[in-house]
Amino acid sequence: MSTLLAAAIVVTLACYSLAMALAVVRLLRGPGAQDRVLGLDFLYVNGMLVMLVLSIRFASNMYFVVALLIALFGFVGSAALAKFLLRGELIE
Amino acid sequence: MSTPLPLWIEVFVALLLLASGALALTGAIGLFRYGNFFQRMHPPTLAATLAAACVTLASIIFFSALERLPALYPLLINVLLALTSPVTTVLLARAALQRAREANADVPPALAVQEPQPPD
Repeated sequence: MSTLLAAAIVVTLACYSLAMALAVVRLLRGPGAQDRVLGLDFLYVNGMLVMLVLSIRFASNMYFVVALLIALFGFVGSAALAKFLLRGELIE
Repeated sequence: MSTPLPLWIEVFVALLLLASGALALTGAIGLFRYGNFFQRMHPPTLAATLAAACVTLASIIFFSALERLPALYPLLINVLLALTSPVTTVLLARAALQRAREANADVPPALAVQEPQPPD
């Protein structure tokens, strides 16, 4: 791992952290419940991107599996929350 | 790491990573600053499409150069996001529209449901 790539990875992770902080602000402030779900959705996508960048940083495939799982379960959570907002119940 | 990677590959990967960080940050700023929920739905899709594409392309290039054989498995993430993110967006938009109608906000009315014609 050269200094160049390591520095770029640090800057990228800082950008992701700032983005996640803004999403948390939207999650806490959001006027409606749908805004909070949107913030949560953005948060899980960013967490998945962080895992992908970490897999490059440590040259390991394990982080990729974690990213895949976060994408899968994040979708399930977001879809369930959106469905709950739509109907008021999950299982019809 | 056993063998150092060529410099141009590292520069390319670093540029892709920086681009994805900037895109994700842009999406977050849009999510933070826009005033309306339906405007706010747009910027986060930047992170799910373009930023994720940049990161997966970077990791494909990085691992292909590292292991000296094509490593295409990060494309799985793109396929998964392309399948799941529109579903979430449509469900959220419909939920928000329904809630706005229940609150008597200024949104378009629901489309009239056409009754199926009875067969003769």
